[in-house]
Amino acid sequence: MNPLNSLEPFLAPVDRRQAMQWMLAAVSASAALAKLPANAGVSEFKPTLKGYGTDPLLAKNYVPGDFWPLSLSNSQRTSAAIICDILFPADAVSPSASSLHVHDFIDEWISAPYSDQASDRQPILDCIAWFEAESEKRFHAPLSKITEEQRNSICDDVAFGSNANASAKQVKDFSRFKYVAAGGFYTTPEGMKDIGYVGNTPSVTFEGPTLEALKHVGLA
Amino acid sequence: MPIIALNQLQPSYDVIVVGSGAGGGQSAYTLTMNGVKVLMLEAGRNYDPITETAMFQTKGNAPLRGVETPDKPFGFHDATVDGGWTVPGEPYTQASDDPDQEFKWWRPRMLGGRTNHWGRISLRNGPYDFKPYSRDGLGFDWPIDYADVAPYYDKVEMLVGVYGSNEGLENTPNSPEGILLPPPKARVGELLAKKHAAPMGLSVIPIHRAILSVRQDADNIPAKLHPGNQRAQQILAEAMRARAACFWATDCGRGCSIKANYQSTTVHLPPALATGNLDILPNAMAREVTVDQNGKATGVSFVDKTTGKEVSVKGRVVVLAASSAESARILLNSQSARFPKGLSNSSGLVGKYIMDTVGANFGGHIPALENLPVHNEEGAGGHVYIPWWLYKEQVAGKLGFARGYHIEFASGRRMPAMGAGAGTKGYGSKYKEEVRRFYGSSMGFAGRGEMIPNEDSFCELDPNVKDKWGIPVLRFHWKWSEHELRQAAHMQRTFAEIIQAMGGTPGKPSVSGTHAIKKGGEVIHEVGGTIMGAHRNKSVLNQHNQSWDVPNLFVNDGGGFASNADKNPTLTIMALAWRASDFILEEMRKGNL
Repeated sequence: MNPLNSLEPFLAPVDRRQAMQWMLAAVSASAALAKLPANAGVSEFKPTLKGYGTDPLLAKNYVPGDFWPLSLSNSQRTSAAIICDILFPADAVSPSASSLHVHDFIDEWISAPYSDQASDRQPILDCIAWFEAESEKRFHAPLSKITEEQRNSICDDVAFGSNANASAKQVKDFSRFKYVAAGGFYTTPEGMKDIGYVGNTPSVTFEGPTLEALKHVGLA
Repeated sequence: MPIIALNQLQPSYDVIVVGSGAGGGQSAYTLTMNGVKVLMLEAGRNYDPITETAMFQTKGNAPLRGVETPDKPFGFHDATVDGGWTVPGEPYTQASDDPDQEFKWWRPRMLGGRTNHWGRISLRNGPYDFKPYSRDGLGFDWPIDYADVAPYYDKVEMLVGVYGSNEGLENTPNSPEGILLPPPKARVGELLAKKHAAPMGLSVIPIHRAILSVRQDADNIPAKLHPGNQRAQQILAEAMRARAACFWATDCGRGCSIKANYQSTTVHLPPALATGNLDILPNAMAREVTVDQNGKATGVSFVDKTTGKEVSVKGRVVVLAASSAESARILLNSQSARFPKGLSNSSGLVGKYIMDTVGANFGGHIPALENLPVHNEEGAGGHVYIPWWLYKEQVAGKLGFARGYHIEFASGRRMPAMGAGAGTKGYGSKYKEEVRRFYGSSMGFAGRGEMIPNEDSFCELDPNVKDKWGIPVLRFHWKWSEHELRQAAHMQRTFAEIIQAMGGTPGKPSVSGTHAIKKGGEVIHEVGGTIMGAHRNKSVLNQHNQSWDVPNLFVNDGGGFASNADKNPTLTIMALAWRASDFILEEMRKGNL
C-alpha cells in the first residue's frame, strides 16, 4: 500500500486523491451489499440502496441515522459501546467513547449503502460476537457484567497480534472495529481536543509555529 | 441581467461563453466589464458558495465522518456538486482495458466548475515553459513567449489575489513589486524540511496561492486593471470590498463563503453580473456550435436539462471554456456536411495531444515532529514548495527525462479524519497517549511534473456510446512516455531522501515509474486537445485562442496549451483567457467580429 494512505487523515486534499485510488479499487471489486450473509439478530437487515446522493446539503450537521437506518440489535449495540470504552476509556484528558456515541457511528458505518463500509460489516459484527463469546467462555458472564480488568484481558488477545487465544481473523476483525471506532472518536470535539487539534477557529493572522514548537525540533 | 431560466433567454448575444470555471469566468469578466453582452451556459446547477459551503463543520458533523464515497469522491464536505470521476448519466469511455492506459476525467456539474474546490496553487509558467521544443527538441513551442503573457499574469494576480514571494529562481518568474500578497509563515514541518533539503540543493520557498492572506487594495487595483473605465473600476472595487482575508481555519477544498480564496463564483462572476451585461443559464448542456453556410459560428445548440429540450441561441462570437476535453467534445460533435470531422478540425488535431500533470506522492513519519507542542497549523494548504532545481543537469541530458517537476507539501496538525489513531498499537489510556504523540508527525510530498504531449494520448468520439442527453461521449487513449515514468520514479527517490535527511525512515520508493505515477487525468490538470500554434495545419488555435478555421470561435480553457509545464495550469488559463478576451474586444471594435 502506498505509504501516504496511512497519513491520509492528516494530509491536505492533494493527498486525498491518493486515497481515492484504493477506494475506487474497492468499489469496483465488490457488490458486497447484496451478498451479505444474514446475521443473528439482524437477519432483517436490508441495506438502503441509496446513499446521500451526489448533491447533499453540505452546510448542515448530521448524526448517524440521518441518511440510512441503523441496524445493530440492542445487545450488539450494548456490546459495541463496551468495546468502544475498552479502546477509549474516560481518563483525565477525555470522556469515554460511548459517552460520545462512537458506537452509534459504528452502527452508521456498517449500515451504510457503500461497498467500502459494507465490507466492514461482517468483520465488526464478528468482533462483537467474539468479545461476547470470550466473556462467556472465560468469565461465564456477558461483557456487560464483567470487570474492566476482565474486559482488558480479552482485548489483550486481539490488540497486539494473533496468539493461542485469538486467530489472525479475530485480530483483523478487531483492527477494523478499532479503525472505525478511532475515526469516530477523534472526529468528535472531545476527541479532537484530546489529540491536540486546535484548528477550525478563525484568527486574523497565521501566527506560524510557537517558539516552544520551534525549540522542540531544534529550530530555535 | 442575472442567473436566468430558459424562458428569460434572449434570442441573441454578443458572445456566448460555454462553461463557468477559470476560463469561462475570466472571459465573461473581461468582456462584460467592457460592455459586451454575454450569455454563459453552464451544464450544472447554479451554486452559491456563500450559503452552501460547509465552513466550520467538522468531520464528525458529516455522514461517515466525511470519508470519500462514490457519491462524494473527495469526501462529503468537498465543494464538488453532482460529479467527480463519474457524472451520473454522462459516461466517458476508455480505448484500452490496460489500467496503465486509463484516463480519469474529473467533472463537477455546478456553476464555477472545478474552481470551487481546486488547490489554488498559482505558479507562472516561465520563459522555458513556452519554448520547450526549442530547448530540448521535444513537444511543441507555443506561438507566444513569456513576455506576451506576463502582463496578463500581472492582471490576473491583481484581480484574484495571489500570495507568494519573489525569489528570482531560474524559470520561476518574479511578479512585479506590489502585486503578490504576503505569504503565510511556514509550518514546523515545512521549516524542518527546508533546513534538511538545503544541503541537497533544494529551495523550500513560499508557494503562490490564490488566497487572500490580507484584503485586496480595493482603492488602487481597479484603476490599474480598468484604466479609463470608471464603471468597471467602481464595480470591481465593490467586489473586492466584499471579500474577506483568510482566517486560517478551514479546508479550501470546501470552497470559501467569505470569498478569501479564488473561485469563479466568488471572484469572476459577481462583478460580471453586476455590470448587467451577463446572463447565466445553468443546466444547459452544450451539444454543438452551430455554423452558417460561410462556415462562421452562429451560436450554440444545447440541451436544457430541466426539460430535456434542445435549444439554440445565437451569438456573434462563441467562446468554449467547458474544460479542455469537453470543449474538444463539443467541436467534434459540431458536425455538418461542410465539417464532417467536426468544427475547427481541418488540421485533424481536435482532441489530440491531451495532457495531465505527472503526479507521484510519497510520505513518511518524522520522529522529530512527535509530541509537538499544541498550536494551530490549519489554513491555506501547504505554505511552501520546492521549484524544479535541475534545469542545467536536465538540458545537459544527465537525468534520463526531459522535463522538471516541483514539490508540494502536506504536513501539519490538520483536522482529524477517518484513519486517525488506526495505525497505533494497543488500546486504552496508554494507546490514547501514543496517538497524541504521533499526531501531526507525518510529512507527505507530492511531485507535480511536466508531461510532454504525445501521439498516444488523445480523445475522440466513441462511435457507440451516447450520454443520457443523446450526445456522443468521449473515448480516451492514454500513454505516459518514458520521460514521465522516469520523472515519477525520480520524484519518489527524492522524497525518500528528504524524509531520510529529516530523520525519518522512508518506505521503499518505487523503482519503476509505472508504480509511482498517478493515472492520466488524476491530477486534474487536463489541458491540450485544441492546441495553439504558429501554423494552421499543425494546430487548432492561433496565439489568441482563436480557431484557425472559424474566426469567431475561441477556446478559452486549457485546450490551447501546447505544453503542460509543471506549474499548475489555472493561472495560465486565466491569463490566456483575459488576453484572448482583449483580442475579441479589439476585433469587435475593428468590426472584424
